[in-house]
Amino acid sequence: MTDMLHDYKAVVGEGVINQLHQIADALKGVRIVHVNSTPQGGGVAEILEKLIPLSKALGLDARWEVIKGDSEFFQCTKNFHNALQGKRTLISDSALRKYEEINANNAEILRPILQDAEIVFIHDQQPAALINHFPERKGKWIWRCHVDASNPDRHVWRYLRESIVKYDASIFSLDDFAQKLPHPIYLIPPSIDPLSEKNMELPPEEIALIYPRFNIDPQRPMISQISRFDRFKDPIGVIQAYQLAKKFKPDLQLVLAGGGAPDDPEGDIILQEVQSAAKEDPDIHILFLPADSHRTINALQRASDIIIQKSTKEGFGLTVTEGMWKKKPVIGGNVGGIRLQVVNYHTGFLVNTPEGAANRIRYLLQYPEKRQAIGETGKQFVKENFLITRHLVDYLTLMVTLMRPDSHSIEFN
Amino acid sequence: MSTTTSPFLVKDCVLSTISTGEHAGTLIEFRDKLATIHEGCIYHHFWGGHLRPAFIDPEYHNDFAAWAHHTLHDDILAERLGIIDPTEFSDIELLRRAVLEVIEERLDEREFFYWSKKQDHFHFVRSKIIIFSTPFQIAAPFDLINIVPTMSTHSIFYHFIDAKRRSPEGLDDFSIWLKSFGQDYDDLIHKLRLIDPYFFSLVELRKEIVKIITNYFIKDKS
Repeated sequence: MTDMLHDYKAVVGEGVINQLHQIADALKGVRIVHVNSTPQGGGVAEILEKLIPLSKALGLDARWEVIKGDSEFFQCTKNFHNALQGKRTLISDSALRKYEEINANNAEILRPILQDAEIVFIHDQQPAALINHFPERKGKWIWRCHVDASNPDRHVWRYLRESIVKYDASIFSLDDFAQKLPHPIYLIPPSIDPLSEKNMELPPEEIALIYPRFNIDPQRPMISQISRFDRFKDPIGVIQAYQLAKKFKPDLQLVLAGGGAPDDPEGDIILQEVQSAAKEDPDIHILFLPADSHRTINALQRASDIIIQKSTKEGFGLTVTEGMWKKKPVIGGNVGGIRLQVVNYHTGFLVNTPEGAANRIRYLLQYPEKRQAIGETGKQFVKENFLITRHLVDYLTLMVTLMRPDSHSIEFN
Repeated sequence: MSTTTSPFLVKDCVLSTISTGEHAGTLIEFRDKLATIHEGCIYHHFWGGHLRPAFIDPEYHNDFAAWAHHTLHDDILAERLGIIDPTEFSDIELLRRAVLEVIEERLDEREFFYWSKKQDHFHFVRSKIIIFSTPFQIAAPFDLINIVPTMSTHSIFYHFIDAKRRSPEGLDDFSIWLKSFGQDYDDLIHKLRLIDPYFFSLVELRKEIVKIITNYFIKDKS
C-alpha cells in the first residue's frame, strides 16, 4: 500500500480502502481523463487535485486536463453558470460563437488524449461542447454537473443540452438538480479531502496566528463565511444577518473571506458591493485571499464559533462540509446541496432570510454546549458521507456500472 | 452439529444511485409516475434510505411515506404507506401494486390535495448495489460475537436488510447461514427475526444484533 493510501486508511478505515482496491482492480488498464476549466480556485479543481493522485495510487491510469480560454470565453461560461442556476440570461450569438470556437481549439489540443481514452469526465459547462468534436470517440464520456441546475434558464439549457445529450451519462450532485436526459443520470455528491491543507488538523499555535494577522479579537465571538465573492453566495445577506444579530450580541465579529478564480470574472464587482455594505464596520473583516490560502482558510474556519453559508443558490456547498469536518455548527441557506448536509438541530440550521440566520446565530452563541454537540455530529456525518474516498468509490463504481448497464447488482471478489 | 458448513463470508456494499429524471409535485402525479417507473425505484425508495446521507426518520420507514408526511402533510396517507412491509412481497411488482392501492384509496377519500414546492418534489431514484468481498470469514456461529461488532454499517445493510429482499423466506444472511447447522440455532434465528430493522439507524441495528448474539451465546448460556 502506498503512503498516500496508508494516510487515508488512518482516517476512513480499512474497509473503504479495500473497496477502492477491488474496484480499481477491475479498471486496470482503463485510461481515465478528467477535463475542467481551471487548475485552481473553486471546488472542482480542489476535488481533482486529490482525486487524480488517489486514483494513481490505486494503480489507475488517470489524468487531468485543463482547457484554455480567454476572458470573453470565461464571461460567456460564467453567464452559462448563472443561467444554469436559474438567472435569466441573454447570451449573444457572438459569445456563443466564441464558446464554440474555444471548445473547438481545445478539442484539437486534447485530441491525442481524449480520442482513445476509455473514460472521459467533462466537468461543468465550460468544456461541455468538446464532445461535438469527437464523433469517433472510443470511450464512454460522462458530463459532470457541479451546479444547482434544477431550474435553469430555458434558452441556455436548450443550447447546452444539444451537447449534453451526446454524452453516455451525466452526474449531478443531487436528485433535485437532475434534468431529464436520454442517458443514465448518476447522483454523486462531491467531497472534501480530510488530508488537504484546507482540512487537516492544525496546531493551536497556527490557528492563533490568524487573530493578530487579521486584527480579530480572540476573546470575542466570531462567525465566518468562506466563499468566493459571488452573488449567489449572498455575502450582502450575511452582513445583514450579522448586523441584526449584533444588536443582541454587540461583541460579535464577522469574517467574510474568499478569493477569485480565473474562470469567474464577477468577483471584483461583488467584492466592491460587499465592502460598501460593510460600511467600514471594524468588526467586519473582508478578506480577499489568494487561491492558495488553504491553511489560512483552515485556521479561519477552526477559529470560528459558527460557519455561515447563506447561499441563495448552491451546487453542493463544500465550505459547509469543511465547516462540519472542523466540528463547527453551520447556518446554511435552504438551497441545493446545503439541504443535504445541514439538518436542523443535527448539524446546524437551514435558513431562508438574513433574519432567520440572525436568529440562529443568537441561539448558537447562547448555547456553547449545543454548538459542541452539533459540531461532533457534523464531523461524523462528513466522515461517513462526504470524504474524497467515498467520492472516488462512487466514480469508480459508475465506470464499472456503465460497462455493465443491464445488471441490478455487481459483485467483486 | 454439522461440521461441513461453509464459513460465512462477510461482504460489504455501496449503492450506485441513478436518477430517472422523473419527479412528482402532487399525489395524482405521483401515482401516475409510480405506476410505470423503473422497478429499481421501488427497491431504492423502500430500502435505500439506510445508505443515504441523512438522519434516520424514526416515524416513516420508506421514502413514499416520509414524502406524504413532510411534503403533502397527509398523515393518514403517510401512516398507511409507512406500515407497508416490503419483505412481505415476493415480487417488486406486487409491492408496487400495494403502494398504488393505498394511494388510489386515498385519492378516493379526499376532495382536495396539497401540492409541493418544486424543491420539495418527489424525485424517483433507482440504484444498483455494488458488492465487495472483505477479508473476514466466520467459521463458527460463536465467532459472530467477535466479527459482527467490527462489520461496517454497509455490511450490516447487505447482510441484514438487503438479504431479506434476496431471500425467498425474507430471512437475513446470518439466519440463512445458521440454518445450515440444522436446528441447533433455531432460537437465535427466531430472535434475529424479531428485530424490526426499519426503526434503527445502521449503527443502532448493528448494536441490536450484537446484543442478541451476545445474550444468546454468553448471558443466556451462563
